[in-house]
Amino acid sequence: MTVHDTATAHHDDHHEHPSWLAHHFDDAEQQFDSGKLGMWLFLVTEVLFFSGMFCAYALYRNRNPEVFEFCSQFLNEKLGAINTGVLLFSSLTMAWAVRASQLKQTKILIGMLGATLGCAAIFLGVKAVEYSHKWGLGLLPGKFYRSQLENPVHVDNNYLYNLCIVPMVMLIACALYYVYALVTASKFHLRVAGPMVVAAACFFGGVGLGNYLESGEGHSEHASSGHHGSSEHGHAEHADGAHDSAGHGTEEPAKAKLSLVSVDNSPIHDVLVTPAESVTPQSNVNQSAMAGLFFGIYYCMTGVHAVHILGGMLVITWLIVKASREEFHSEYFGPVDNVGLYWHLVDFIWIYLFPLLYLIT
Amino acid sequence: MSVVTSPVTMPDKSQDLGKEDNYLTHTSGFLSWALTLDHKRIGLMYLAGVLTAFTAGGILALMIRLHLWNPNIDKSQAWLTNQQYNQVFTLHGAIMVFLFIIPSVPAALGNFLLPIMLGTKDVAFPRLNLGSFYLWICGAIFFLFSLFATGLDTGWTFYTPYSIESQGPVVAATMGVFVLGFSSIFTGLNFIVTINTMRPPGMTWFRMPLFLWATYSTSIIQVLATPVLGITVLLLAAERILGIGIFDPKLNGDPVTFQHFFWFYSHPAVYIMILPAMGIISELMSVHSHKGIFGYRMIAYSSVAIALFGFLVWGHHMFTSGMADVTTIVFSALTFTVSIPSAIKVFNWIGTMYQGTVVLNTPMLYALAFIFLFTIGGLTGLFLGALSTDMHLHDTYFVVAHFHYVMMGGTLVAFLGGLFHWWPKMTGKMFNDFAGIVSAAIVFVGFNLTFLPQFVLGTRGMPRRYASYVEEFQQLHQLSTIGAMMLGCGLLVAGLTLLHSLFYGKKAPMNPWGGATLEWECQTPPPHDNFSSPPTVGDPYDFSGIEYDPKSGGYIKKKK
Amino acid sequence: MSAPSTHADHAHGNGNEHGHGHSGFSHPMPIWMLLSVFFALLVLTVATVYQSTFDLGNMEIWLSLTIATIKAGLVIAFFMHLVWDKPLNAIIILGSLIFVALFLGFTMMDAEGYRDNLIMTSTLEQSQPGATVVEVSK
Repeated sequence: MTVHDTATAHHDDHHEHPSWLAHHFDDAEQQFDSGKLGMWLFLVTEVLFFSGMFCAYALYRNRNPEVFEFCSQFLNEKLGAINTGVLLFSSLTMAWAVRASQLKQTKILIGMLGATLGCAAIFLGVKAVEYSHKWGLGLLPGKFYRSQLENPVHVDNNYLYNLCIVPMVMLIACALYYVYALVTASKFHLRVAGPMVVAAACFFGGVGLGNYLESGEGHSEHASSGHHGSSEHGHAEHADGAHDSAGHGTEEPAKAKLSLVSVDNSPIHDVLVTPAESVTPQSNVNQSAMAGLFFGIYYCMTGVHAVHILGGMLVITWLIVKASREEFHSEYFGPVDNVGLYWHLVDFIWIYLFPLLYLIT
Repeated sequence: MSVVTSPVTMPDKSQDLGKEDNYLTHTSGFLSWALTLDHKRIGLMYLAGVLTAFTAGGILALMIRLHLWNPNIDKSQAWLTNQQYNQVFTLHGAIMVFLFIIPSVPAALGNFLLPIMLGTKDVAFPRLNLGSFYLWICGAIFFLFSLFATGLDTGWTFYTPYSIESQGPVVAATMGVFVLGFSSIFTGLNFIVTINTMRPPGMTWFRMPLFLWATYSTSIIQVLATPVLGITVLLLAAERILGIGIFDPKLNGDPVTFQHFFWFYSHPAVYIMILPAMGIISELMSVHSHKGIFGYRMIAYSSVAIALFGFLVWGHHMFTSGMADVTTIVFSALTFTVSIPSAIKVFNWIGTMYQGTVVLNTPMLYALAFIFLFTIGGLTGLFLGALSTDMHLHDTYFVVAHFHYVMMGGTLVAFLGGLFHWWPKMTGKMFNDFAGIVSAAIVFVGFNLTFLPQFVLGTRGMPRRYASYVEEFQQLHQLSTIGAMMLGCGLLVAGLTLLHSLFYGKKAPMNPWGGATLEWECQTPPPHDNFSSPPTVGDPYDFSGIEYDPKSGGYIKKKK
Repeated sequence: MSAPSTHADHAHGNGNEHGHGHSGFSHPMPIWMLLSVFFALLVLTVATVYQSTFDLGNMEIWLSLTIATIKAGLVIAFFMHLVWDKPLNAIIILGSLIFVALFLGFTMMDAEGYRDNLIMTSTLEQSQPGATVVEVSK
């Protein structure tokens, strides 16, 4: 670092180089263009990185479409849709943040960055509900996949509690930081701490939202579509219903398929659909070598995406710190712009993941 | 770099810091190196790193050859057990590919040279540059772990399903590859941005030295292909930890898919290895023939063409893996397209020497060795690209010999040539040219002695990666082992020559070879900021004004 | 705190010299545009969820992919300002899609080619009629 600083100092003797302009660039525009080109190239690597998983997806969906149809019903498309909306909104706030940084509207900038951070936290909260729900049901990747009928398991919230530990610690830490900011009455710290507390709280908002959609509303729809009863009873009911359809299936495969599709449309998440003992292909689908592969792909894709969300949250926090120092203006907004590009890419990936994973009929 | 400011700086600097100010002496202390953002220091640190890795990989290679001297007589007397042999060749391959060849030219020489050749102060993202060096260190540590955990026996290709079941530390090794991949990506990204946005006034695309064209093409591959390797090894690690099933046939996964994923990176990676070497040869040929490069544009375009064609041919590694018939035919046909730009380059290099004043010094001898060895490597590649012959030659020593001719005879020899060529610029010291010539001769003879017999072994059916062989192969194997020892000696001589120069070499002039590219207009060794005033950019291969100056022992550019 | 603000002033001064509010390379997007892009994205999301309630068979994946691509295009073009960006950046990102297509294309083509040679664990346990069911379900 010292080397860099002295170099800057040297240069400053004869050429006015503001602190935000690195010594090896001629002017702000060159710095901006370089940063932006670098970011686009990084996004290229991201696209190709994800393409590996999309390739795996395409291969196995093409090879075993019935597996994907069977497994997709375990994904709650409502949660997926909500998360899509949340991410789209965060993209909006991020784009707005870029605008604010260009116009040096510090308050709006921090607000928008905070909103983006909050949306990311909501997304992860919903995701935590989805994951823990599936883990509870034994919908695990590959060899860990537990067949639904042999092993009827119920929602087990322990996973969710475990997932919430780290965010809870974060929330407490942020709250303490906010208290510290209040005590010192530092404008800078207040500006940083505010969005962080909100974002950490948003995670639990997301968890609440996810839980509500996953259990509460899910059940009401359940009832309305004729599959009444609490989740415990639901297992038995659905198993029966599925038995019936399987019974037809042995006689008339096409009809069996159709009846399965009609069952798909109701949000069946803690419910068992297919019989294991029949000879229809659906029975073979429900095994670790088939459904497990789908969930392997599902967890890889959404997991790597979630890691990208986490990375995005880190850099957005860094931006909030910088924004609170009022570092950005019309000649220096590259960091906001580039983080924005990254964030939109994360959104971009999700735009594809959502229909490909959740909306298979 | 703005033109207005230039006249003021030069006296300023020399006054402040004395005559001996260069990038080596600019600041001192461990931290000034460990935290440096100077591309030249980062390049030197990379150089030290890759040479260490090369030494490690080389020792492993000698172990392989010593084992193969006589593995048959008595199993208990053999150098290595079969299991150890598997581990040794795995680590040899993985270290040489990921830790040495891929970063050798771009990260070590490229980092040092690219901004100077371009006429800028630094690369676009100096921090990222330092970061990628530390990522390299990180990756090296993962490999060290697998070295000492002894047991990585999958081959450097990590083919599934064996890599899923192997007891070795596959996850650690794949994480090493993942990290090294990102190191490579960031280097490439940095170079692309630097060349695109930081060229000084006058440095148009077609005034760039061909080394930069080659580096640029390499960087394109690094950015486009390496992420796929990243996800492949990540999925492999997930496969081992979570059993996701994508590559595991037990779970209906598809091992051929792994090979597709792997070679989508690893074939272009072959061009990450060879393209910068070709760039070095373009420089060496022209400078040491004291004649402008022949067919500048064709060489430049062929670099880009190789980079792009390189993405179309990966299937030729998988002809016997159970690919569909149609795909094998398509890949085989596409494979031949790559030979066109490579041949253009070789033709142009030879055309450059024609009627030039060829000086047979160390760098030039290495460059000539490159052309000889690379041509053999390239032409034998055609047999492997052809479907019918590959069925017979696949996974035999023919393949081993082929890619060693390209990677070692090509990249390593070019790397050494480049190292000797730019050594005076990097260190400020001249090496003993006679010793260098001796090393080049030993390396050349030793190399051919090692790998020519392997072609014969391969055509006779000696499979690669086997710890023992039938009696009739012994003579050829022993010949190969003798060659390997000789090659080791040659490399040792080269290393000692360079080390010797560090302590006893005489001071290097600014332009010892008479090059016309910008690095020779820079002080020796270069100052911290490379150019105190923006350099005047001219034709990089115009040698008309450059004349020998007996006083300094180097060349100077005569003012026109 | 004080140092950045002076730079900011300096920057503003620069900007004014150029004669327009912002210096050459910043193009703040108008708010109406941000909002309309967002609502377009929302509408498309609703559309894609809605279309999934119909059984469109094979068409379904193509329809949902088309909608997703339109959404992705909106995000790239407007939120990522690619429309106003240097053409090089557009070439880079679109060029990368060519390589993705290459990667997916060849791998899929090959997998399709050797599909008949595969022995799936399910087909081992499964009698021939099962396979026809898969056909029908397509």
